[in-house]
Amino acid sequence: MCNTCGCNPNHSHAHAHDHPAPRKKITIEQDILSKNNSLAKTNRALFKKHQIFALNLVSSPGSGKTALLEKTLRELSAKTRFAVIEGDQQTDNDAQRIAKTGVPVHQINTGAGCHLDAHGIAHALDHFDLKNLDVLFIENVGNLVCPATFDLGEHHKVAVLSVTEGEDKPLKYPTMFENSDVMLLNKIDLLPYLDFDVKKCKEFAKRVNPKIKIFEISVKTGAGMSTWYEWLAQEAREI
Amino acid sequence: MHEVALAQEIVEICQAHVESGSKIETVKLEIGALSGVVAEAIEFCFEACAKGTALEGATLLIDKIKGTAKCPICAQTFEVAAVFDPCPHCQTYPVEILSGRQMRVSEIEVNDV
Repeated sequence: MCNTCGCNPNHSHAHAHDHPAPRKKITIEQDILSKNNSLAKTNRALFKKHQIFALNLVSSPGSGKTALLEKTLRELSAKTRFAVIEGDQQTDNDAQRIAKTGVPVHQINTGAGCHLDAHGIAHALDHFDLKNLDVLFIENVGNLVCPATFDLGEHHKVAVLSVTEGEDKPLKYPTMFENSDVMLLNKIDLLPYLDFDVKKCKEFAKRVNPKIKIFEISVKTGAGMSTWYEWLAQEAREI
Repeated sequence: MHEVALAQEIVEICQAHVESGSKIETVKLEIGALSGVVAEAIEFCFEACAKGTALEGATLLIDKIKGTAKCPICAQTFEVAAVFDPCPHCQTYPVEILSGRQMRVSEIEVNDV
């Protein structure tokens, strides 16, 4: 029945108001990220099936993720079978750098996108021989905000923070550091030239995530790299 | 701006719940204060993502869910603005987050044409 005049909206007569079409409420109660999370679950199952240890490297641009990978791959690929997925908005510069180490690499260009998602990773995995793979590195788009929200199916997020960025980054971008299991504090060879407070930085990271493991490294000089390699070997064995 | 990707997901989720030809008039969301998402950015992106779909012109109603937490030491519950906020009563951290992380599509209103 029409609330305005009490008429039956199914009959026709001329009058000066419109009958609003009936509205139907539909309960949805669905997580906005449900599709990504379900694809991440599929990726995770694939990693499990092939016993692949998958890490999602996250950081701001210029923290040294690609250099970290180059060095890690050069030093460890004699004993471990690696592959790398590179994520950038544009160019395959990073993929070219990784390819020079001899490790299989696939570049994802996100265009305007600011993060990698589980769907993109699922397709990138088609480019690798998963049966002959031990460790997969996913180098996410350089961005301390958006990649934190998207599960790719990885075992751990590894946040790389360089000492040129400022010690309060874990407090400024808490979601990223809360969701990461490891923080690599990179470029420590530059500490003598900076006012960066290592103790404070670690305290901030622990405040956001008390369980986060922190390794101080310099990819350039090799300082601390053995602690990262040990963690990598241990965790890869335990999957 | 991962809110663009989230707005696209919202559009897809809603469309999956209606017949073709239906018009979605309102979309109700729950966005938590600790979800890492800016509700205003979702609003901004939603309009563009809804164009040419059953959601074009739909009204977005965002229920902003406050972040709440419980102190593991003094057991009091309180509001938090960030995940690392200490307990305001005894200054302990970390605290146990009770709400505020969600990002959900809760309900839509549809006009069946």
